[in-house]
Amino acid sequence: MLVSTKWLAEYVNTQGLDPKDLGEKITRSGIEVDAVIDRSQGMTNVVVGHVKECVKHPEADKLNICQVDVGEETTQIICGAPNVAEGQKVIVARPGAVLPGGIKIKKAKLRGEESNGMICSLQELGIEGRLVPKAYAEGIYVLPETATPGESALPLLGLDDIILELGLTPNRSDALSMLGVAYEVGAILSEDMKYPEAMYTESNEKASDYLNLRVDAIEENPMYVAKVVKNVHIKESPLWLQHRLMAAGVRPHNNVVDITNYVLMEYGQPLHAFDYDRLETKELVIRLANEGEKIVTLDDQERTLKSNHLVITNGKEPVAIAGVMGGANSEVHDGTTTVVIESAYFAGGSVRQTSKDQNLRSDASARFEKGVDPKRVILAAERAASLLAELAGGEVLAGSVVVDELDKTPVEVVVSPDFINNRLGMKISLEDMTSILTRLKFDHQAANGYLYINAPTRRQDIKIPEDIVEEIARMYGYDEIPMTLPVEESKPGGLTSYQAKRRQVRAYLEGAGLYQAITYSLTSKEMSQKFALETAPVTELLMPMSEERSTLRQSLIPHLLDAVTYNTARQADTVALYEVGSVFLGETESGLPHEQEHLAAVIAGKWVDHSWQGEKKAVDFFVLKGIIEGLMELLGHSKELTFERAVVDGLHPGRTASIKLGGEEIGLIGQLHPSEQKVRDLKDTYVMELNLAKVLNKEVEALYYAPVSKFPSITRDIALVVDSEKAAGELQAIIQLSGGRLLKAVHLFDLYEGEKMEPGKKSVAFSLTYFDPERTLTDEEVVNAHNKVLKALAEQAGAELRG
Amino acid sequence: MEAQLQQLKEEALQKIEASQNVKELNDVRVAYLGKKGPITDLLKGMGKLPAEERPKMGALVNVVREEVTEVLEARMALLQEQAIQAQLEKESIDVTLPGRPVKTGNHHPLTRVVEEIEDLFISMGYEIAEGPEVEKDYYNFEALNLPKGHPARDMQDSFYISEDILLRTHTSPVQARTMEAKEGKPIKIICPGKVYRRDNDDATHSHQFTQIEGLVIGENIRMSDLKGTLSVFAKKMFGEDREIRLRPSFFPFTEPSVEMDISCFKCGGSGCNVCKKTGWIEILGAGMVHPNVLEMAGYDSKKLSGFAFGMGPERIAMLKYGVEDIRHFYTNDVRFLSQFHRTEV
Ligand SMILES: [Zn+2]
Repeated sequence: MLVSTKWLAEYVNTQGLDPKDLGEKITRSGIEVDAVIDRSQGMTNVVVGHVKECVKHPEADKLNICQVDVGEETTQIICGAPNVAEGQKVIVARPGAVLPGGIKIKKAKLRGEESNGMICSLQELGIEGRLVPKAYAEGIYVLPETATPGESALPLLGLDDIILELGLTPNRSDALSMLGVAYEVGAILSEDMKYPEAMYTESNEKASDYLNLRVDAIEENPMYVAKVVKNVHIKESPLWLQHRLMAAGVRPHNNVVDITNYVLMEYGQPLHAFDYDRLETKELVIRLANEGEKIVTLDDQERTLKSNHLVITNGKEPVAIAGVMGGANSEVHDGTTTVVIESAYFAGGSVRQTSKDQNLRSDASARFEKGVDPKRVILAAERAASLLAELAGGEVLAGSVVVDELDKTPVEVVVSPDFINNRLGMKISLEDMTSILTRLKFDHQAANGYLYINAPTRRQDIKIPEDIVEEIARMYGYDEIPMTLPVEESKPGGLTSYQAKRRQVRAYLEGAGLYQAITYSLTSKEMSQKFALETAPVTELLMPMSEERSTLRQSLIPHLLDAVTYNTARQADTVALYEVGSVFLGETESGLPHEQEHLAAVIAGKWVDHSWQGEKKAVDFFVLKGIIEGLMELLGHSKELTFERAVVDGLHPGRTASIKLGGEEIGLIGQLHPSEQKVRDLKDTYVMELNLAKVLNKEVEALYYAPVSKFPSITRDIALVVDSEKAAGELQAIIQLSGGRLLKAVHLFDLYEGEKMEPGKKSVAFSLTYFDPERTLTDEEVVNAHNKVLKALAEQAGAELRG
Repeated sequence: MEAQLQQLKEEALQKIEASQNVKELNDVRVAYLGKKGPITDLLKGMGKLPAEERPKMGALVNVVREEVTEVLEARMALLQEQAIQAQLEKESIDVTLPGRPVKTGNHHPLTRVVEEIEDLFISMGYEIAEGPEVEKDYYNFEALNLPKGHPARDMQDSFYISEDILLRTHTSPVQARTMEAKEGKPIKIICPGKVYRRDNDDATHSHQFTQIEGLVIGENIRMSDLKGTLSVFAKKMFGEDREIRLRPSFFPFTEPSVEMDISCFKCGGSGCNVCKKTGWIEILGAGMVHPNVLEMAGYDSKKLSGFAFGMGPERIAMLKYGVEDIRHFYTNDVRFLSQFHRTEV
């Protein structure tokens, strides 16, 4: 809502108050002022000129040489506007003038002819093109003949004004009108209001003799008021009215349309003007549209209506979409002499639905949707009639044609001052409260320890005691509220075990060298299931903004890979990222997808880079595997952790494993498939993803200390020759199972596959540690245990000791 | 024999003096003082002397031996010292060469902000509540006093999955769910999480972003409690000197509703580009829980009251660290992420 402070001052006294300070006061007490706009934009030296003579430039077709009386002199100005003409009163920017955008006007020569200034269009004075009246959209603006040469043009055009731009929240639709803002400002400043006048002489004829009215949809349209005005002269509105409309962001058209828009801005009550003669039937019938019924609206669009859209008809066909836009067939035009002014109450929901279906929002629909003040329906109609009489020479027929079943009873709110003070933590006196209610013009009474308040119908947001708490607080001042802390039973706060573990997972991964990434949950349908740990239906948006963001992800890996590509393309040597986030699996009984928290990581590039000491290493499978092993150790699951070769679409078939805890699959790890790497322009990249929720929710044994033994352990190394395909993990498992209770640790310390080996064979070396916490082991005991291991290896894996 | 002894002594002393390293000196020691050396030989040869000369001669040999030993030991100490010096010199390194890097990652800046806020409120007795990102319309809107067709729904254009299911537009549904689960008992929670709105991604909008909301419900929770709590928060996050101010606002789920500004942490209130010359920075929205919200979750709004607040970690991180484009948080550029390495406590 754009509020002209000059216009506002007609209804409430703001004298002596700088508009900026006024804006600040309004902001602090309830309605945010987004901007304070100076319409003059620093303009100077812009005056009224009288074109005494206007001839074509001998050297240039499109230029005119004008002799312009600018008060102190008559001076020559070259003008290129097509509509400039002798006798016009125009806007002249004199040499030395500054126009919006810092444009400076200087004396100049155009094709040999001197030009002392510029004749201006409204656009050149900083008015948006969409607001300039159509007649002057392509040329200079012509002032009324009454303008005096030499006087400043800015006040004439209302450009010596400051606009407050209000950012209205949906509850404050009462401030969608100048009067509404005036009520608010009056309350803030403790100033009284002046109301607009509606005074005219009624004709002897009665409106009801001219027009029949019937409402067939009383729920959607509980109140309809029509006034008939005869003998109107369609012409340009007076300048003051035009510039007020432009200041409010409305384009002037002609006096009748401008008056309806002016009253809309003044009262917040949308009005519509029909050409009475073009209605043809002397009848208005308001009803729901027939499904598929058509109407051409004022913007020349043919619109197809639905059966829940409310229309105004002439008894035969629609002449307007109620509360949204008028029809072209009944539009006021230059030859109109009799107009019907509609002022109605259309139900918000109905207008909202129609406006949404027709994809058509207007100043009118915006106000109806939020609910207009029932008490202003008649007031606005009377005000419009009065202005039509005054500015269009109209003859207002007696009375109105009315259907009124609208409940205008104010809402009663009963609240005790104690309740207000308890909610605020304050001690505001009853006198202060009633004084605030008086300023707000809320009809109220204090009795038996309660305040009985009739909320004004213009303030439809006031319904319950809490609303009164807010009114009192905002007018009393939020700065006055003291600062306290809740008084309550003291209870420790904290993280759940899951949340605490998740933080430790993050800290661990970051300690291991990974940065935390956060990527989008929405992805393309194609990517949504890639690398998913489980097969589940996808969750798609009904109306995505793009295919790229249409479906909820089932794996974190694809977007992490995007991040690797992004960073690699920007010369990152190493990319090591992890993400903790939800994936969205199918649909559960509740209708919601199952959200599972996952952990994923990607690594690419260099892992160790300390080259001057000769340490340099690229990432590989085992770097990432080691990180997972360390993580499981941190979480107390290392004993249950196994890796098994697996095949996953998009990953290298020979370098992929599923991650299992106690035999249950909880994740995957692998190298990105070389062909995928190529597509993404990546070098070797390793990825992993875990069902973090499952891991963190898994039970862990209580931590219990094992005494540190006084007795030494005995270590035996073995080098085994086995088939190349034999998995080291299998050998390790055989050793662990056959080693008996004395075998405490197995450590793989060498792997050799090369020329020195028989083809198809490899050598794997383990270090075995035997140990008894109670005593020193004898050689014999160790030999016995060790022999069992060797035997098991030979039998189960065909392993031979390397010679 | 005495002369022979003198000559031996001179010879030994010369060789000691001439020795240039520990090894040469050890050779001299062996040559002159060893079991097969000339001095030992002299002692052995004393048997041939007359018995009365033996003690005198023995004493003389011992004196020479001690003299030579003493000089040798002194020389030895010197040479050893030189050897150590030489060794140390050889072992010296260029201490300005770079160390072996300990590469660690760090929290995403949003997590950093979220955890800082979480920890502050945990210290005031709050718990952390979480909930689904795909929500029922009921929890996201209806339970929060936003019935279908409510004009305020326009404020948050949403991604719907079906007529009744959508990506949550705020973390408030977690509050609604918590209230429902607590069945009328007091609540003190912080709800962080991802939220989604139908916005085109640009420097100030993101279709996905994070939110942190707080909710306190109890007997006689007052607006002054909200103000006090927010002041503690503002000082902790933005500095002890921060002042706060409340401005009236509107949220369907609170009444009264306010927005909180803090005094500008950059200019202290005199006006700068961070605060757009106003001296104040808008940080969060808050209010007293609307009675409809309480009642819908089964709380008696006559007996219990509460406050709620909500803020965007993106905005806080942008203000705190001067980040100019919200998209940086979701691009995961390592050059951006790695700038949030150091501690600030
Ligand atoms: Zn500042």
